[in-house]
Amino acid sequence: MATLSLRDVKKSFNATQVLHGIDLEVNDGELVVIVGASGCGKSTLLRIVAGLETPTSGQVVINGRDVTGLEPADRDIAMVFQNYALYPHMTVFGNMAYGLKIRGMARDEIARRVQAAAEILGIGPLLDRKPKQLSGGQRQRVAMGRAIVREPALFLFDEPLSNLDAKLRVQMRAEIRRLQRRLGVTSLFVTHDQVEAMTLGDRLVVMNAGRPAQVAPPMEIFSRPADTYVAGFIGSPAMNFIPASLDQGNGSARLPDGTLIPFADGPRPGTAGTPITLGLRPEHLEPGDGPGSIPLAVELIEPLGSETVVHGRTPAGMAVTARLNGAFSGERLPVRIAPAHLHVFDADTGRRLDPA
Amino acid sequence: MDAPANPVALRAEPVRDDALLRATRRRALLSRLLAHGALILGVLIVAFPIYMTLVGSTHDAGTIGRGDVPLVPGAHTVENYATAWNEGGGRSQTTPASTMLVNSLIMAVAIALGKIAISILSAYAVVFFSFPGRMLAFWAIFITLMLPVEVRIIPTFQVIVDLNLGNTWPGLVIPLIASATATLLFRQFFLTIPDEFVEAAKIDGAGPVRFLRDVVLPLSLTNIAALFVILFIYGWNQYLWPLLIINDRSMETIVVGLSKMIGRGDAQNEWNTIMATAVLALLPPVLVVALMQRWFVRGLTETEK
Ligand SMILES: Nc1ncnc2c1ncn2[C@@H]1O[C@H](COP(=O)(O)OP(=O)(O)O)[C@@H](O)[C@H]1O
Ligand SMILES: [Mg+2]
Repeated sequence: MATLSLRDVKKSFNATQVLHGIDLEVNDGELVVIVGASGCGKSTLLRIVAGLETPTSGQVVINGRDVTGLEPADRDIAMVFQNYALYPHMTVFGNMAYGLKIRGMARDEIARRVQAAAEILGIGPLLDRKPKQLSGGQRQRVAMGRAIVREPALFLFDEPLSNLDAKLRVQMRAEIRRLQRRLGVTSLFVTHDQVEAMTLGDRLVVMNAGRPAQVAPPMEIFSRPADTYVAGFIGSPAMNFIPASLDQGNGSARLPDGTLIPFADGPRPGTAGTPITLGLRPEHLEPGDGPGSIPLAVELIEPLGSETVVHGRTPAGMAVTARLNGAFSGERLPVRIAPAHLHVFDADTGRRLDPA
Repeated sequence: MDAPANPVALRAEPVRDDALLRATRRRALLSRLLAHGALILGVLIVAFPIYMTLVGSTHDAGTIGRGDVPLVPGAHTVENYATAWNEGGGRSQTTPASTMLVNSLIMAVAIALGKIAISILSAYAVVFFSFPGRMLAFWAIFITLMLPVEVRIIPTFQVIVDLNLGNTWPGLVIPLIASATATLLFRQFFLTIPDEFVEAAKIDGAGPVRFLRDVVLPLSLTNIAALFVILFIYGWNQYLWPLLIINDRSMETIVVGLSKMIGRGDAQNEWNTIMATAVLALLPPVLVVALMQRWFVRGLTETEK
C-alpha cells in the first residue's frame, strides 16, 4: 500500500529536454495511466520512477520517502516490461523467484509466494517450463507473476500489452484491471493506446511532448478535454476541428461561411471576433436535412457492423468524419451540428474555453 | 459469384511440354554432377596428405627411407606407435609422444580457458558499464589485434625472462592469453543481450557480479563452447613461442617436438615414427571438434533468444 508523488520532474538527454516538469500525485491503490503519442516521454517518466533513469531535477517520493537517489532494488517497486524481459535460460519458477532469491528470502517462503502468484494467474502448470515454450499471453502472465511475488508498494507497467494480438490484449487488459483491484497495489501504467488508457485507468495523464496536457478521470478527459491535443488524441475516430470565431456577444460561433452556431451552455469569455476552434466528435454529428445542416460529399465509408464511419468533405473543402448508427450508403450526407456536444477551444493556445 | 466463362476449357487435360521437362531434368543432373565433382576433388586434395601420413605410420623406417611412397598400409603399425608413444623418435633424442601430448593438452586448455575468462571479463566491462575512457579501452583492445605474437615476441621474451618465468607453465601460457579476437566476439554477443534483461536484473536487485553469473554466462554458454574449440586448436598449434621459452625437454609440446624430430643434413629420419607422432598430434584437436561439434555449430550460427 503506497502513494507516489512526482515533484517537478525534469529530464534532459544531453541538450534535448524530454520531460518539462511533471507533477503527479498517485493515491493509495490507484491505477494511473500515462498515455500519449510515441516519443512523448512516457517510458522515460516511468523509468525515472523505477530508478532506471536519473531525473535531471525534481523528486520521486514513494510513500513519503524520497527515493530519487536510490537504486531500483531499494525502491520497493516491480516493473512489467513490454518484451517481458523473462530470462530465457530460467524456468518460469526461476524467473519469478529470482528477485526473492537475491533478497535472501527463505526457500519455502519463496516457493509459497510463487505458488500463490501462479495460482492467481493460472500459470501453476507452467512453472517448470522455459519462456521459449510459452505463448505470448502466458509470458505476459509470467511477467505479471514476477511483479506480484515481490509484493511491492508500486507496480510499473511499460506498454505490457502491445506485443499481444488484439483479442488477447482485450482479455489481458481486463485481467490486469481485476488483478490490480484485487491486490490493491498502487500502479502506474504506460500506453500509447487510448482505449487501453480509458478502460484501465482510475485517472489518466495525457502527455504531450514531455508535458502533462491533462490529468483527470477517463470520462472527464473524454467529455471535457483540456485542449485540442487531448481532444484529438482521446476518442476514435478523432474529433473534428472546425475553425470559427466568437460572435453575437460571444454566445455563438461563426463559421467561415457565415453560419452561426449558438452555444448551448452560455457565452465564452473573450472579445468578439476572437478566433476559436470548435470540436465535435464524429458521433455527435446528426444526420438530417434542415436549416444549418452541412451537406457532406462522401469520400469513404467504413462499415463497423453496428455503426458506420463516414469520411466526407464540407462544401468549403474541410475533411469531416461522422459516425452513424447502423449502415449507410450514398454519396451525400447532410449532417447537423448538435450544439449541446460542442467543445470550444482558443484557436491560438488550443486551451479549452468554458462558459464565463 | 459468376460462373466460369468456359467450364469446358477448365476441365480439359493440361498440356505437357515433354521436351522442356526433359531439358530441365538434364540440366539439374548436370549441375548436380558438377557440384559433386568439385566437392569430391576438394576432399581428395585435403585428405590425401593425411592419408599418406596414416599409411606412412604403418611401415618400417626402411620403406620410406628408400624413397618409396606406399599407398597401402604396411605391417608395422603397433611397433611404430608404441615407439612414438613410449620413447619418441628421430635422430636427436626426443621426448615420448605421451609426455608431449600431456604438455600440449595443458598448454592448449590453459590458453583456451584463460583467453575465454579474460575476454569475457573485458567484454563485460566494455559493454555493460559506462565509465570514463570506455571507448578508449575498447579501442586499445582492438588495436592489439594488429600486433600478432610474432611482432611482439622479442620484448615479450625479454619480459618473461626478466620475470624468471622461462621454462615455466605461466611463462608459456600467460603471454598467449591476452586476446582481442575473443573480446571482440564476446562484445558482439553481449551487445545482442536486450537492455531489458539488464533492467529487469537491476529491479530484481542483482549486482554486476550476480548478473554476470546468473544471466550473462548462462546465455553465453554456446558461444563459450564454440570459442573453446577455436582457441583450443589455436593453443594446440602454437609453435614459435613454446620453441623460444621452453628448452626443458620434459615440457616440450608436441608441435615443437614433432619439428625437432626431423633432423637436418643427410642423416636419415625415422619417418615411420615421425608420422605416427604426427597422427597422435592430430587426434586431440579432432576429438575436441568432434565432441563439441553440436555446440560449436550452434554457437556460431544462432543466439539463444
Ligand atoms: N537514453 C536516451 N538517450 C537519448 N535520448 C533518449 C533516451 N531515451 C529516450 N530518449 C528520447 O526521449 C524521448 C522520449 O522517449 P520515451 O520516453 O521512450 O518515449 P515514449 O515511451 O513516450 O515513446 C524520445 O525522443 C527519445 O528519443
Ligand atoms: Mg515507450
